[in-house]
Amino acid sequence: MATQASAAMNFESGRSPSVAIKAVDPTDFYDAKGEHHPEGSTMLGFWLYLMSDCLIFAALFATYAVVGRNYAAGPSPKDLFDLPLVALNTSMLLFSSITYGFAMLEMEKGDLSRVQIWLAVTGLFGLAFVGLELYEFHHLIHEGATPQRSAFLSAFFTLVGTHGLHVSLGIVWLVTLMAQVHKRGLVPENKRRLLCLSMFWHFLDVIWIGVFTFVYLMGVLQ
Amino acid sequence: MSAATKAGHDDHGHAHGHADAGSHGSFKDYMTGFVLSVILTAIPFILVMSNVIGNNQITGIVIMGFAVAQIVVHMIYFLHMNTKSEGGWTILALIFTLTLVIITLAGSLWVMYHLNTNMMPMHMHTR
Repeated sequence: MATQASAAMNFESGRSPSVAIKAVDPTDFYDAKGEHHPEGSTMLGFWLYLMSDCLIFAALFATYAVVGRNYAAGPSPKDLFDLPLVALNTSMLLFSSITYGFAMLEMEKGDLSRVQIWLAVTGLFGLAFVGLELYEFHHLIHEGATPQRSAFLSAFFTLVGTHGLHVSLGIVWLVTLMAQVHKRGLVPENKRRLLCLSMFWHFLDVIWIGVFTFVYLMGVLQ
Repeated sequence: MSAATKAGHDDHGHAHGHADAGSHGSFKDYMTGFVLSVILTAIPFILVMSNVIGNNQITGIVIMGFAVAQIVVHMIYFLHMNTKSEGGWTILALIFTLTLVIITLAGSLWVMYHLNTNMMPMHMHTR
């Protein structure tokens, strides 16, 4: 046991000391008493979830890239996309990212009411984003550009719709966390949850960069 | 052993607290990221909407470049990515994911392009 531990120490000594310390106690992992919950593992686990989500979007982007020009004699991106609306939508998501950042900064200071205000502002920007997207979808479907119309539109609605669904669920999560923070305050558990949502929210903004560049801007260019 | 472990735990918690505080970023970080993002978003939209370059292919490549730059900005200033967070595991997972993403995208386009090429004679025949 001791030799194992020291071997682990030697092995890990090249890296940061905290990693080496983790290797000392193998039972650490099980957390039988529930008293030691290293925050870092949640963040890494959530990061891995985001990476797997990234693969879902990669598959949808690949689908769009392959069938994105198969219009079936239907409307093309140039006929359908309204770039000023997309620019407005993009700014909504970007604003929501920075306001979530402000909420995180206030969380660091421990200012509960300001955290709630910035979270609410973030939620409103998120709602504006989803609202504009639904308006766009409604408009497209009204014009006959439904998901059934062509392979391009199927891929478009799937990709953009999946992103919109993520944002919508992010808003649900945000409201849930606001209720949690209201009830329990900025306890470590809530801070951890807020950090996870922060990663989720910024990640969705990163995906949106791909969407507005690859789908909307490149689509109009063709 | 148990005393050492206990101390180890405390050390870990302490060290982690510091790392966490650093990983949230500062007001300056967020503002830098935001301003850079606004610039990197505005330029591609202007390039496409007012057709500044005049060549669709070049414009496409340029706006892809801006998208990659903005993704990097978001990763650094909003997601606080660096090579040291979680002992390097986050960046490792990111590199692995990016590899898979590139294989998925490039592979799909490559394979489907060749399938289309092979389909060409049949298309011409039916026309």
